[in-house]
Amino acid sequence: MIRAAQMEEYNNNGKMHPKKFSLVLLIVGMTMLFLGLTSAFLVREAEGNWLHFSLPPQFVGSTVAVVISSLSMYFAYYSAKKDNLKSVTIGMAVTLVAGLSFVYFQYLGFNDMADRGIYFSPANGSAGGLVSGSFVIMFIALHLLHLLGGIIFVTVVLVKSLMLKVHKKDTLSISMCNTYWHFVGVLWIYLYLFLNFAPQL
Amino acid sequence: MSNDHGHHKETFISKYVFSMDHKMISKQFLITGIIMGVMGVAMSILFRLQLAWPDTSFPILNWLFGDQWAPEGRLDSGFYMGLVTIHGTIMVFYVLTAGLSGTFSNLLIPLQVGARDMASPFMNMLSYWFFFLSSVVLMSSMFVSTGPASGGWTIYPPLSALAKAMPGSGLGMTLWLIAIILFIVSALLGGINYITTVLNMRTKGMSMNRMPLTIWAFLLTAILGLLSFPVLLGGGLLLMFDRLAGTSFYLSDIFLGGGIGALEQSGGSPILFQHLFWFLGHPEVYIIIMPALGITSEVIAVNSRKPIFGYTAMVISLIGIAVLSFLVWGHHMFITGMNPFLGTVFLIMTLIIAVPSAVKTFNYLATLWKGSIRFTNGMMFAIGLVSFFITGGLTGLFLGNAALDISLHDTYFVVAHFHLVMGSSAIFGMMAGIYHWFPRMFGRTMNKTLGYIHFWLTFISAYMVFFPMHFQGLAGVPRRYYTFDILPEFAPWLDVNVFITMAAILGGVAQIIFLWNFFSSIFAGEKSSQNPWGANTLEWTSPVEHIHGNWPGEIPTVYRWPYDYSLPDMDEDFVPQNVPDEGSSEEIHVTPVNPVSSDAKKEPEESNVMFFTMVKNWFGLGRA
Repeated sequence: MIRAAQMEEYNNNGKMHPKKFSLVLLIVGMTMLFLGLTSAFLVREAEGNWLHFSLPPQFVGSTVAVVISSLSMYFAYYSAKKDNLKSVTIGMAVTLVAGLSFVYFQYLGFNDMADRGIYFSPANGSAGGLVSGSFVIMFIALHLLHLLGGIIFVTVVLVKSLMLKVHKKDTLSISMCNTYWHFVGVLWIYLYLFLNFAPQL
Repeated sequence: MSNDHGHHKETFISKYVFSMDHKMISKQFLITGIIMGVMGVAMSILFRLQLAWPDTSFPILNWLFGDQWAPEGRLDSGFYMGLVTIHGTIMVFYVLTAGLSGTFSNLLIPLQVGARDMASPFMNMLSYWFFFLSSVVLMSSMFVSTGPASGGWTIYPPLSALAKAMPGSGLGMTLWLIAIILFIVSALLGGINYITTVLNMRTKGMSMNRMPLTIWAFLLTAILGLLSFPVLLGGGLLLMFDRLAGTSFYLSDIFLGGGIGALEQSGGSPILFQHLFWFLGHPEVYIIIMPALGITSEVIAVNSRKPIFGYTAMVISLIGIAVLSFLVWGHHMFITGMNPFLGTVFLIMTLIIAVPSAVKTFNYLATLWKGSIRFTNGMMFAIGLVSFFITGGLTGLFLGNAALDISLHDTYFVVAHFHLVMGSSAIFGMMAGIYHWFPRMFGRTMNKTLGYIHFWLTFISAYMVFFPMHFQGLAGVPRRYYTFDILPEFAPWLDVNVFITMAAILGGVAQIIFLWNFFSSIFAGEKSSQNPWGANTLEWTSPVEHIHGNWPGEIPTVYRWPYDYSLPDMDEDFVPQNVPDEGSSEEIHVTPVNPVSSDAKKEPEESNVMFFTMVKNWFGLGRA
């Protein structure tokens, strides 16, 4: 088939694999989405009439979970390159658990904001009906959507590793998973720092 | 590696419907783009009827749209705005973005860089089907009871954010947003594929500085799309939340009549949407025009039988345009009350972008100068692009100036400017591409005489339509008005509107000639030879028969740049890129300053085309 022949021709030319390169480009696009939205946040905040509030403390737990998941992801990737198949599975499993913990901490954070009267829309009785809560919740939800894509990816690679299909001769899937997972991790840290410090800019 | 790339079995569905072959996908983009273009142009003629003869009843309008939208044969004012909105949306996104870039990036990127297909044929197929779905959703908005979106193609809030603001803000607007989100997904899937294919899958010897200018243009266009469409997606998402979830990203304190009263939303900023929209909106102008410029570079070089003048300058200009296009969006917002200092920054950036644009124009003219010009249909349209790009570009200098823009904003001057520099130019670039690469797509050529008639009618009618609009705009005639009956100061312009509408109808008729020529030539056009134009790029080395994989054997290796035309001491006046060079690799780039000079001495009539020779050639009566 064309796909196999095509990849055979291009895999060995020393360049990044086209699939991984496409993923990098997709990440560039996602980065632009968040850059655009965080710029919008700054522009709108500068206009005043803005409710300042602190982020839920549970988000510290989210941040710790995302850092742990990134480390375990890298451990799994490194193990795959060394052909240490058992470690690959362990690393991927830890990543999955840490990723799910992240989702749980986000859920707790949403509840905390709701308790303080910060909702997505004023129709729900948001504090003062102001837009700052909408922005923060939108950022977190949008990031969570990207992370859920990552969790599916991690699950697929975990299953492959259980079937012993992730090893040093086939690292493409775990390499792409590694890249994407680090991206959603870095994206969260960026959002967390941005939402903590941007209001004071 | 086996050489049986094209011989796997295909069903009708896998070959023609859910095809993963970039050549078939390019045809799908083209034909869908043409269908959308027909609808877009037809809408423009219908609303031009209203502007020219506001008090006249046209039974055909009532027949087409019924009593709700065209009572007594006159367009309803809301529906008029809907037609204007959908016309703009179709032409900007569906014809000149997907129809142009989708068609030619798909067709030419793998063929010209020497790849078997796109990096991900599956993503490529998805890209088309998202586009198709998007087109269906957009057109379905014409059939909802509240009518299509009617706040203009720029969909500024609050009209677009409040479903109850007017009929056109209702379901039609929601469908518009869904359509554009689908469109953005399509554009991103396609763009990621284009960039990956160009950067990762070039054949041996195809270094970046040997890439045809078409590929440079498609690559930079895809990069622009990748960086700007997500921002519009973000802006669209916020708008969707305002409409459907009751947020107030763009809605400030608003009181609605009709017993609705004050809305819950507060604290939003409609200007915020304009920033997000134009951060895409301005690069979008270059997403539209750059593929057309790339096509023109190729068509002009091939048909001038000369190397493109200033290849490096052309590439740098494209890169310069791409970078600057992200720094000028504020010139669409001079009248929003922005800080004058900020406005000055946007003004300066806008005027600077004229420099690389002018470099390209002069390089086209320098390539034409003393060339052995062949006035093929494609060449005529390419020269037409240069004409429109100059005419429309000059008025950009006026509109880029904040002080002038404040009075010209939202007048017909703006309509004239962008229809020439972006609309007509890009359409002519697209037409140049269709006529030039038709043999590569279908193995046949289009009828040359019909092509000339199509060119002249379109060229003349486009100027007749848009040139008078400059004067209307200078006189202050505002755009997007349904009728000027109640504004006596604009009454003198009614005759001009009649003239413009008649010219628009002429232009529309010209497109019927094109449609006939295009579709009949697919089946009954003259069979084309392998390389009918004597071009150097790799697509002409691939067999015309449809094989998935493009070349039956090995992919050709590239030994030279694509513009070796009229080299001295060669048997033919072109040297394809896959012809090995006898000398060292350095010689590849040594091109004569005036490569046609030796021929010119022998056959002066080849390089100094006389007026009557030109006229004969235009009408297909001269040399082949």
